Amino acid sequence: MKTIFKFLGAFALLAIGILVGKNYFADNSEATVPIPPGMTYRNVGSTNDTLIAQSNSYNGKIIEVKSGGSIQEAVKNANPGDLIRVYPGTYSENVYIDKDNIALQGIVIDGEWPTLDGKKKINDAFLYSGNGILIENFKIIDYKGNGIMGQAGNNFVIRNNWIIDTGVYGIFPQFGKNGLIEHNVVSEIADAAIYVGMCDNVDVLHNETFNSVAGIEIENSRHCLVENNYVHDNTGGLLAFVTPGLPIKTTFDVIFRNNFVVNNNTPNFGAPGSTVAGIPTGTGVLIMAADDVILENNIITGNNNTGVTIVDLATGAPKANDPNSEGNPDRTIILDNIMFDNGNETTGELKAIMLTQLETKGPDIFAYGNGSGTIRDKNKYRTFGIDHWGPAQITDTKDVRTLMLPEPVPIKAVSKAELGELTYYGVCAGCHAFGNRLIGPPTEIIQAIHNGNPQGIVNYINNPKNLREDYPEMPPQDYLDDAAKIAVAEYILAMKPDEVTTSLNP
Amino acid sequence: MKRKSLVLKSGLSGVFLIAIMLFLISKDVSQSYVTVLKLKTQCPPGFKKNSSNQCIAVNLYQQYDSPHDNGVGGLQTSLPEIRDGFSPQQIDLGRYLFFDPVLSGDGTVSCATCHDPKKGFADGLPTSIGHNGQKTKRGAPTLWNVAYLKKLFWDGRATTLEQQMQEPLFAAEEMNNTPKHLLESLNAIEEYRVMFAEAYPNKKIHEAIELHEIYTAISAFQSSLISLNSKYDHYAHGYHEALNANEIEGMNIFRSFVARCAECHTPPLFTNQQFAVIGSPEPNGLPLDPGAQVPFKDTTLRGAFKVPSLRNIAKTAPYMHSGKFKTLRETVEFYTQGRGHAVPKDENLIIHWHIWEPELSNYELDRLVDFLKTLTDETFIPQIPERLPSGLQPST
Repeated sequence: MKTIFKFLGAFALLAIGILVGKNYFADNSEATVPIPPGMTYRNVGSTNDTLIAQSNSYNGKIIEVKSGGSIQEAVKNANPGDLIRVYPGTYSENVYIDKDNIALQGIVIDGEWPTLDGKKKINDAFLYSGNGILIENFKIIDYKGNGIMGQAGNNFVIRNNWIIDTGVYGIFPQFGKNGLIEHNVVSEIADAAIYVGMCDNVDVLHNETFNSVAGIEIENSRHCLVENNYVHDNTGGLLAFVTPGLPIKTTFDVIFRNNFVVNNNTPNFGAPGSTVAGIPTGTGVLIMAADDVILENNIITGNNNTGVTIVDLATGAPKANDPNSEGNPDRTIILDNIMFDNGNETTGELKAIMLTQLETKGPDIFAYGNGSGTIRDKNKYRTFGIDHWGPAQITDTKDVRTLMLPEPVPIKAVSKAELGELTYYGVCAGCHAFGNRLIGPPTEIIQAIHNGNPQGIVNYINNPKNLREDYPEMPPQDYLDDAAKIAVAEYILAMKPDEVTTSLNP
Repeated sequence: MKRKSLVLKSGLSGVFLIAIMLFLISKDVSQSYVTVLKLKTQCPPGFKKNSSNQCIAVNLYQQYDSPHDNGVGGLQTSLPEIRDGFSPQQIDLGRYLFFDPVLSGDGTVSCATCHDPKKGFADGLPTSIGHNGQKTKRGAPTLWNVAYLKKLFWDGRATTLEQQMQEPLFAAEEMNNTPKHLLESLNAIEEYRVMFAEAYPNKKIHEAIELHEIYTAISAFQSSLISLNSKYDHYAHGYHEALNANEIEGMNIFRSFVARCAECHTPPLFTNQQFAVIGSPEPNGLPLDPGAQVPFKDTTLRGAFKVPSLRNIAKTAPYMHSGKFKTLRETVEFYTQGRGHAVPKDENLIIHWHIWEPELSNYELDRLVDFLKTLTDETFIPQIPERLPSGLQPST
């Protein structure tokens, strides 16, 4: 007992000493180290570094969420342009964002991350449908569906997130145009760690994906640059797919550049029936039916089945046919890449095919079924099925800095008069018509009552009073947007009689 | 000889007299129709008339774009391309035809018999019942928003409404008519001839009604059935108070990648208009319906059906192509009972990849049903005609 007190006493003295020392001897001012003459560092703003290439601006209010609070509550209170800053803490919730231009920014302090924990009970961490959504600096763990999922929503930025075991996908934008996915670390995902589905103009840069079934998947999407990613220890590394049976049918213009695609030999744990469940363990890059895919300067090593597999749909995906999905991988271009040590342990179909070649090892590049391609320096690699490929017509893609759009996709412009018309015919016309009575009074009577007073119509829309005995009471149309209410009020007041004004049949 | 010619002459003049009398009578008949039904000159709600007398669809979803103009996406996404541009008169003529049993072989079945506006433009039956109580193989799909669909019938074998309607019109177990008999019966109704002349201004008033005019008018009416103003739509356009907490929770389950409903029932139409093999069971004792395999002669499409829209789904029980499930609750539960669990043992269907093991809880299934009920909107329901030119009762 005594010795314990002695020990504690010594410890307390030591702690006091450290504290005193820190306060008395430490230099509290921060200093910058001057740049030596002659050195030219890159300056913020002068480069194309994607960290600052961000065209959305969030200049609304800042909403802070602290441990114990709710991110969704903050989203409810946010308006377009607002920035939601989330402090370290554990947030077990599903955050859905059905608004435009909302930024969600985690604040990491002393290595403590704001963490969304699905506890294997909640479906998705972030679900968004709005345009201009930014999600950064979150740790997301143990969800059942997705870490971050977008359904529509252009101009998205998803970066600096640390995602572990969030179910089917880590990051999954769908139906989006112009997006950036960068500096995310994603692992232990049962399908694709990063999955770009039915999107256009997306850059996927500087991510690490591992211990998942698929590392990065570009599916039924166009104009995607996948660069500088470290994709290792998945079942398959980089994928460019056409999946039949989806409403948007093509994949083309995909650049895989400067990626590390290494040791993707994790046994397949994809859900039965999923597309990725058919990926052979040990697949570095898989191009299935996608057109105009360019592979450049990737390091593709240690993938036990093949370095690169190129297949058509008929070979690759036993699915219900879709006559509108063209199934051949056309015009693949393989430029300079480093490939070695691939194919050490082939499986399945490939194993059988290689045996017919009296080979036990799988190739660096394996093409099977229909399709076409060209290659630079074919002799560098061990190949199968590309004997007929000629030399590539390009040497590099260095002029392609990004495949995102130079400007954000604009939100469709609708004038006040147009909005008024859409609202009148889309909503009001169910009960009101010009020239005759449907359910409510004819439109010209509304005109006569509120002549020159659109606000009067707006007030009535919000809070109708039954003014006429012979008409049913109008239900409030307060769900309409404020802009739509005033627009439709003005539209109604400006309407002119139709040339034919009677229609008296039952 | 003389006698013969006399007989001939008197015979001829007799024929002549009868002809004149018939002419006078028929004139009389047409005069008695001074109160002939007048076709509407205004477009139905949801449509604006342009200067060419065409009804053009107008709705709040036109504020938005959609990827590749495909009409699939999220909440604020434009709809697929619509079939519109019919005249108000054609649409209104189609309304009379739609409800008129004179279109069937024996005057007992109308389009509305199986597509009843009071039952969500379906019939509330597992599989529909046609002429003479004959049971058909599949359930009647709703006609709400049919103008947006590119594939018609459960197995997608028709691509236009005109093409589609010829099957039920002339199928023995449905309306049991023939093109010839249909034309004869409509042409015999003076009032319809006047109405057709009104709906087709290039047509002379006593010119015979033609088949394509019938098809166009019915297509015009069907294309006017628009339902886009549900509680869900209010939410989608930005009024988030439109849905209560349970309904929002249901919406998030619906679109999450666990349940994956929205992957095929994609907003804003709640269908991506593709085929899917989901392996849903047939009612007891019926063999597996091969679905799209038959018209497309493709074994990979065995058991495939068109993904139906879910708008007004709460109004159109029972569910699935042959009405196996009586309630929405049973229907959503199907999707969590195991991939392929209801596929007959001797079948090897290529089940859709989104059919998996989502392990949805009872609570989640209840919320899904809550959400599906927010897709109901019948504010633009058309009037059933009080009187039909055929003199028959409007049948539903």
